Amino acid sequence: MEKSPADLWRHVKSRYFLLGSVCENCGTKYFPPRVVCRKCGRNTKMKPYKFNGTGEIYSFTTIRAPADEFEEQAPYTVGLIKLDEGPIIEGHILTDESNEPIKIGTRVKVAFRKMYKEGNEGLIYYHYKFVPAPEQQKKQEKSKQKRA
Amino acid sequence: MRDVAIIGVGLTKFGERWDSSIKELMAEAGLAALQDANITSKDINAIYGGSMTPGRFIGQEHVAALMADQLGLGNIPATRVENACASGGSALRQGYMAVASGIHDIVVVGGVEKMTDVSTSEATTALGGAGDQEWELFQGITFPGLYALMARRHMHDYGTTEEQLAAVAVKNHANAYKNKYAQFHKLITIDEVLNSKKVADPLKLLDCSPITDGAAAVVLAPLEIAKKYNDTPIKIAASEQASDTLRLADRESITSIKAARISAENAYRHAGVTPKDIDVAEVHDCFTIAEIIAMEDLGFFKKGEAAKAIEEGRTQINGDVSVNTSGGLKGCGHPVGATGIKQAVEITWQLRGEAEGRQVDGAEIGLTHNVGGSGATAVVHVLKRAD
Amino acid sequence: MKTSKEKKGINMAGIVGYGAYIPKYRIKVEEIAKIWGEDAESIKSGLNIMEKSVPGIDEDSATIAVEAARKAIKHAGIDVKKIGAIYVGSESPPYAVKPTATIVAEAIDANTSLFAADLEFACKAGTDGMQIAMGLVESNMIKYGMAIGADTSQGGPGDALEYTASAGGAAYIIGEEKKEIIADIIATAGYVTDTPDFWRREGAKYPSHGGRFTGEPAYFKHVINATNALFEKTGMHASDFAYAVFHQPNGKFPIIAAKQLGFSESQITTGLLTPRIGNTYSGASMLGLAAVLDVAKPGDKILVTSFGSGAGSDSFAIEVKEPIEEKRKRIEESVESMIERGRVYLDYASYLRNRGSIEKK
Repeated sequence: MEKSPADLWRHVKSRYFLLGSVCENCGTKYFPPRVVCRKCGRNTKMKPYKFNGTGEIYSFTTIRAPADEFEEQAPYTVGLIKLDEGPIIEGHILTDESNEPIKIGTRVKVAFRKMYKEGNEGLIYYHYKFVPAPEQQKKQEKSKQKRA
Repeated sequence: MRDVAIIGVGLTKFGERWDSSIKELMAEAGLAALQDANITSKDINAIYGGSMTPGRFIGQEHVAALMADQLGLGNIPATRVENACASGGSALRQGYMAVASGIHDIVVVGGVEKMTDVSTSEATTALGGAGDQEWELFQGITFPGLYALMARRHMHDYGTTEEQLAAVAVKNHANAYKNKYAQFHKLITIDEVLNSKKVADPLKLLDCSPITDGAAAVVLAPLEIAKKYNDTPIKIAASEQASDTLRLADRESITSIKAARISAENAYRHAGVTPKDIDVAEVHDCFTIAEIIAMEDLGFFKKGEAAKAIEEGRTQINGDVSVNTSGGLKGCGHPVGATGIKQAVEITWQLRGEAEGRQVDGAEIGLTHNVGGSGATAVVHVLKRAD
Repeated sequence: MKTSKEKKGINMAGIVGYGAYIPKYRIKVEEIAKIWGEDAESIKSGLNIMEKSVPGIDEDSATIAVEAARKAIKHAGIDVKKIGAIYVGSESPPYAVKPTATIVAEAIDANTSLFAADLEFACKAGTDGMQIAMGLVESNMIKYGMAIGADTSQGGPGDALEYTASAGGAAYIIGEEKKEIIADIIATAGYVTDTPDFWRREGAKYPSHGGRFTGEPAYFKHVINATNALFEKTGMHASDFAYAVFHQPNGKFPIIAAKQLGFSESQITTGLLTPRIGNTYSGASMLGLAAVLDVAKPGDKILVTSFGSGAGSDSFAIEVKEPIEEKRKRIEESVESMIERGRVYLDYASYLRNRGSIEKK
């Protein structure tokens, strides 16, 4: 289904640099941004909040039967990422033979890539994606060892 | 509030119905239901129609009015109900509420989906609308993709294996084999499931319910007059529904469907039963993992133990609880909007003793479990023989 | 020797931070040569190139520009909202009309009150951006300016350029605060003529070029003249520099140019990346400079001369300053580590697929 330029434009900040929201009434952070805080209802006090883009893999799968518009990229790996600030979000995970096989718990960080383009004349949709962050994995393992 | 009963049911053959348009499918099921209820059209007071996305499959909306028209039901109120894959179950609940409240006496509830006129990838995109369009579908996370994420986590948390997933598909195909309405009449093996084409790992082609055309219909009446129409009216002992976040990522847990747990708890309480009392259940196995999760959400098995129980055969026909005797979504087929109604049809046949070739001995209490999307809606009904 | 600027006592602009990005995919010369039945060894020695970088299927010059820009901001340690200008130079922008500069601006959450534009001057568009940023900073119109050179350049199948046209980019942030500057840009000079050595018409998929004409009358004439103009402006000579970076369409031209200008091969080795990653076009000189800045010491002087077909060269005299050592600790991936790390080698068909040259129906 073709999307309108307005739809792309509305999503630029959240898709490009993980702009979400935080409810200043209770401190809960949300991605994607939303209007109403689930906990505070009418006492919602929502403000923009930029996520760092670091987190760990909560679940993942490699999709081989792609959706429309994703036929070029198939197979591709998608996952649920638990961001360090709390929320779990959906994202592509860029993984291949050059990194350690990913698993639940692998540390990741954010990258900037194309999601897809509308044919040869339409708009190009850019988006965050995640890449394994082995340097963070090492840091995390070191701090776990220290605590043990 | 008064008790409500099912007095008539009807079903089309599920499958790739090249010969039938959506109108013919609804008419086929509807007519069968009216005949089963032995009721005339002018006695019907209202119709509720469940269909997920006829607009995207065939460009047709307004389908409840279409159902009333196709069945010659006159000028009765006709309302389409949409809750993704739980459209049928949700429509059933709306019909139930209309009769229970006393607003209408006799109500038809139908469900239909005509899915095979579009390509597989167009169908995949249309079905993706059950999830979050901006963050799940937009990033190419298909429906199988969402359930694959649930499966992988379930395997991580509880040690569920791919063989155990496959066992669900094998059982449901074995049940479908005996069901003349089912899409598939083919027995399959664990190995065949494991070797089938990868869709979204760990899910493979045979872990996934198919694309199906089909329709189902039930006729509801107040229990107090049901015997006028049918010797074995089936009482709707409970009709419960719950919702949850649209995005899978927002759920408290991705290895359980909270909306189903809440609906089930409320349904058991309302019906005055416990999971052990359920003889036969039709659950929403859009993917094999969904049946495993359903067994746990419905309280049939403890969290993390359902997969093994299924593998051991405890949910086969005449097992501890007979699950998906129709073949489920996997074996019988999944015309999205029709499924929730079909489940009620199958349980009705089971409780009446009319489930040819797949009858559960002495079935008296049944349950239907219908889920929308990755769990944003769930509807659970408990049905009992009323005689 | 004091430049005229220093005599006037005006603060000079310098580099306060930089970021580089090279995709991890590669294709070897052998892999391309075997498709066309050519002799890989003679191509490798003739062009002094072994393999080139290839963009991922979901990468383009905009994604490369953003990755480089983000790294530059982290390296510089500045407030992104104080960037007053963003220029992106590329000859493979994702849109013919719609600037990459605004995509970068949004992706780094820059201010909306920005000067921004995309630039085209073949392979020197990135260094053009540096000069523009310098001017805006030195005239106090902005506090920081960002110049990016990024490309996912195409070489026509079977053409000589197919062996060298690669993908990569670098971003530089120009500022004036002495304590932030990691390298002063002492002076810059340009040299341009209308020379049709290499071009691409609107709508044409691949560029055309004049074969051997791209050498002496194009690359060498402009690189030599621009560098000499810089020498004259500053009174400096080749021996004053610890490093020299030249535009590098292949691994041979820079070596020849260096010799003609009085540089030794050892001065250009650190900044000569083409043999291992190919020619990243607008990114080439800027990536070469980044490789040098990754290792250079305070006091080192660096000569950079870019070249853009059509044709022109920008030459820069750069002096490394103290702040470079502290800021270097912030770099997670040096140019060298990006060149060497987890490479994924592609066969020719995968290469075509990544480049978008073949698509599913």
